[in-house]
Amino acid sequence: MNAEKSPIEKEKRPSGIRRFFSGIPALGWLVGAVAAAILEYYLGDPLADAFGLPKIPVLFGCVIMLKKPLLMPGALMYVLLIYALPVGIISRITSPITNRISLGLSRMPLWFSAVIHLALLYLILRIWADVSDYRLLMLKLSMIAIMLTLSLNVINGYMGEFSCSHPGFMALGAYAASVFTVGLLVNDRLLGQAVLPLSLGHVLFPIALILGGFFAALGALIVAIPSFRTRGDYLAIISLAFMFIVKSLIENLEVVGGPRGMGGQPDLATLPTVFIWCVLCIWTINNFVESTMGKALNAVRDEESAAEAMSVNTRKTKMIAFMFGAFWAGVGGGLFAHVLRYVNPGTFGLKKLAEVLAMVYFGGLNSVIGSIVGAVGFNFLSEMLRPLAIFKWIIIPILLILVMIFRPTGLIAFRRFDVKQILSPRLKSKEEV
Amino acid sequence: MPLLQVKNMTHYFSGLRAVHDYNLEIDPGDVRGLIGPNGAGKTTIFNLITGVFRCTEGAVSLDGTSLVGRRPNEIAAMGLGRTFQNMKLWRHMSVLEHVKMAHYSQLSYGLTGAFLGTPRRKKEESEIEKRSLHLLDLLGVARFADQNVLNLPYGVQRKVEMARALAIRPRVLLLDEPTVGMTPEELAEMMRVFRKIREQFDLAIFLIEHRMKVVMELCERIQTLVFGEVIAEGTPEEIQNNPKVIEAYLGKEEVA
Repeated sequence: MNAEKSPIEKEKRPSGIRRFFSGIPALGWLVGAVAAAILEYYLGDPLADAFGLPKIPVLFGCVIMLKKPLLMPGALMYVLLIYALPVGIISRITSPITNRISLGLSRMPLWFSAVIHLALLYLILRIWADVSDYRLLMLKLSMIAIMLTLSLNVINGYMGEFSCSHPGFMALGAYAASVFTVGLLVNDRLLGQAVLPLSLGHVLFPIALILGGFFAALGALIVAIPSFRTRGDYLAIISLAFMFIVKSLIENLEVVGGPRGMGGQPDLATLPTVFIWCVLCIWTINNFVESTMGKALNAVRDEESAAEAMSVNTRKTKMIAFMFGAFWAGVGGGLFAHVLRYVNPGTFGLKKLAEVLAMVYFGGLNSVIGSIVGAVGFNFLSEMLRPLAIFKWIIIPILLILVMIFRPTGLIAFRRFDVKQILSPRLKSKEEV
Repeated sequence: MPLLQVKNMTHYFSGLRAVHDYNLEIDPGDVRGLIGPNGAGKTTIFNLITGVFRCTEGAVSLDGTSLVGRRPNEIAAMGLGRTFQNMKLWRHMSVLEHVKMAHYSQLSYGLTGAFLGTPRRKKEESEIEKRSLHLLDLLGVARFADQNVLNLPYGVQRKVEMARALAIRPRVLLLDEPTVGMTPEELAEMMRVFRKIREQFDLAIFLIEHRMKVVMELCERIQTLVFGEVIAEGTPEEIQNNPKVIEAYLGKEEVA
């Protein structure tokens, strides 16, 4: 074991900073981040005052820096004092303890360890989002973006087909879930009186989302039946057509408000709800792509005739993956409608498609972690650069082009999402054990 | 009744007659060869038997069950394994994943297992993993299990492909030019693999091959295919000395 470790340490020697932090397990980083979030919660306002900032920088000071370059030193100091230093120092100092706890956790069932890490992560998000409603909205939308990106990655990345109907599936899910909740729980002009009390909302909401998911999966079935008999570009064309069909169908349905859209969804998509659905989505999709049945998608993509000759039911595999991806897009759409509490068909057009596709290809094909990074990265980037106005739409495409040149399959493509390895303790030398 | 039976199979690619009135009977344990010049239709016959194409006329049956009109994955699950001339490995998958994948039809955990990771799935996945490693070990490539197939030498890739074909538990194994492009060392190694497969597994082998040495050594009976028609059938010696075969390969002898 020692012989195995020495080359690893040698590799890391050039970078001092990296070596300093390499012994920190995931748990340690989370503890550090909790500390930083608490620090900001209590000291954020006075500190922002002291540095002459108008209010707490919402997105790591980026927006402030771009709006008023004069405030740059203050914003940088704030980020350093509230985020960088506390996270770095506290996670480093506690690393002997967190490593020991990680070691203990690694001996317990994986789900237990995962639940504890997720609970910490949720705590961080909760405290961080308490500072402003804008952050809360950002977090919810980012988590929905993760669900959409990941579910599209199943089709475009793992299966290697090019589907363009994700906004359509999202719309189906959003409208199905909205009609369900608005119709049952709210007095609506179009859908009539409430049938059930609003207090039942949190019980009914999962049903609404699953219903939305099933509608989307049904839509996927309609796309899949004609298109999977052909190959290559046909799915792209058929799915694009499907997206427009769904859009104009909703535009012409007066029951759901037509082009004016549909509002008044009850406020059910709280942070914990979105968080739980996002985790569920990542968990099931990761389960699927790690199983031999799910890896059949890769076999179909890389060499379909060989997959068939090896007894893989390619038609079933493709159909399942397509409907499974659509299901999660539908659930994501349902959450989306309830986060904004308003949907209109115009939202689910080409722009949304471009956004989801960009997140998939930016993050990395065939990779769960890539999709998470892509969705969160893209969302935060596009919010951080908002003050640049029109230049934002020059910078982001340039970034995308650069990613495509240097990493043609995306930032973190073709990597396994190994939860066990991520959560494992990082023990490098004896004195820390 | 023979294990694999092909009767009067004829196939047209639109106007072109690729295979004409082809017959084959293979019993358990047989090793049969199919030779012929390039473009004679050998691989087409494989594709017709395994369901990639549906034959225009004729009948194919495995153990009495007709295969015509079935999908390739069904036919494979019934026990008809095959390898490909150009291997057709999956370029983003590890060696172990290749062999595990070929157990697809033997999995029964279903969608619930795939999505939710049930105990039953864990059990089945570890079972097929064990069997896959055993197969890889048998062919002497177990130490490459976690590597990506594209990083491996050609001879190893061939063995991985063979292990993959064996994983579907074939009763008849169709091998499409398994020694093409091999060095003499790789060839000798492959011959050892063939003998091992014959000893260890209860299956019949149907082989397309260009190297006479391999065909002569392995096969009990050989068919020669020219322009989609069998022009000669018999033991290796008979085929080697058959004037029609010599003519097909070398051209007509000039009268001196």
